[in-house]
Amino acid sequence: MLPIGNAAPDFELYSTPDQKLRISELNGKKVILAFYPADWSPVCSDQMSLYNEMSKYFVAHNAQLIGISVDSKWSHLAFAELHKFHFPLLADFEPKGEVARLYEAYDEGTGECQRALYVIDEKGIIRWNYLSPVGINPGADGILNSLEELDNVKIVMQ
Amino acid sequence: MKQLTVPVNGKDHVSGYPYAVIEMVEYGDYECPHCGRAYPIIKDIQEQLGSKLKFVFRNFPLSNIHPHSFSASIAAEAAALQHKFWEMHDIIFENQLTLEAGDLTTFAYRLGLNVQRFENDIQQKFLADRVEADFESGIRSGVNGTPTFFINGLKYEGEWIDRKLLQYLKGIIAQVPIL
Repeated sequence: MLPIGNAAPDFELYSTPDQKLRISELNGKKVILAFYPADWSPVCSDQMSLYNEMSKYFVAHNAQLIGISVDSKWSHLAFAELHKFHFPLLADFEPKGEVARLYEAYDEGTGECQRALYVIDEKGIIRWNYLSPVGINPGADGILNSLEELDNVKIVMQ
Repeated sequence: MKQLTVPVNGKDHVSGYPYAVIEMVEYGDYECPHCGRAYPIIKDIQEQLGSKLKFVFRNFPLSNIHPHSFSASIAAEAAALQHKFWEMHDIIFENQLTLEAGDLTTFAYRLGLNVQRFENDIQQKFLADRVEADFESGIRSGVNGTPTFFINGLKYEGEWIDRKLLQYLKGIIAQVPIL
């Protein structure tokens, strides 16, 4: 995992079959990066379905959730449609796992992303990170606490 | 270990003995098949443990994958206003595959509720707020799917099938000194 305080490395990946998303284009928003092993596996579906219910909370903190795995954009499309996801899934597909490696969230043994979470602030600085055991859905309490802490800090600083 | 951030309080729906040795809170989704499987297991546990168990149900609807779960939660909360929360909770879990608006009204009728009042109450914002408050308390407590159980304030990470939850609870009871 990249340490807290580091600048989040910029990258661009497919978010739909014909559109790419560049993370630096989200400047001005907090970004929640959720690396996960695979579309369709039960734990990931639960984790992403849980986050999918949290748009209201993320919006309130000016945060954009982004899911990333090594699955292809076509797999992501079907996975997102079935679960009615309201947030982008990025395909770290070619070169495989490049972004996950950049964020030190790649499992060389399985060739999948680890279950890693980052919260990045509006200026592109990593402010929170968490690596969950691969079979355990980390929930959303850590993300929410970190977003609240960031917003409180900002209020104090103003 | 993750903890229940909002302790059981007067707003909760409680079944069983209020001062029981075990306080178990379920965060559940009425349309979730796992919760449907857990439902008879909880019933069995309640029967086995009797006055040693206090059981609380809180709403955790995953509305995007379960489009009927939020309205089912509202129906149970509306039934609670007529003192029939657990009856509605049960009838919903026993009919998980038919949770359209008309079905919920039929349940209200079958439970002997004042249906006109029920249909008015399900429109009220304070019931939606209540369901959302349950959801939020779950998120903050680390609920990561349904059902999630908290036993005496701590998240239960074990399995609940095959009487594993019952055995776990019996283990807790065995450790409590007899006063």
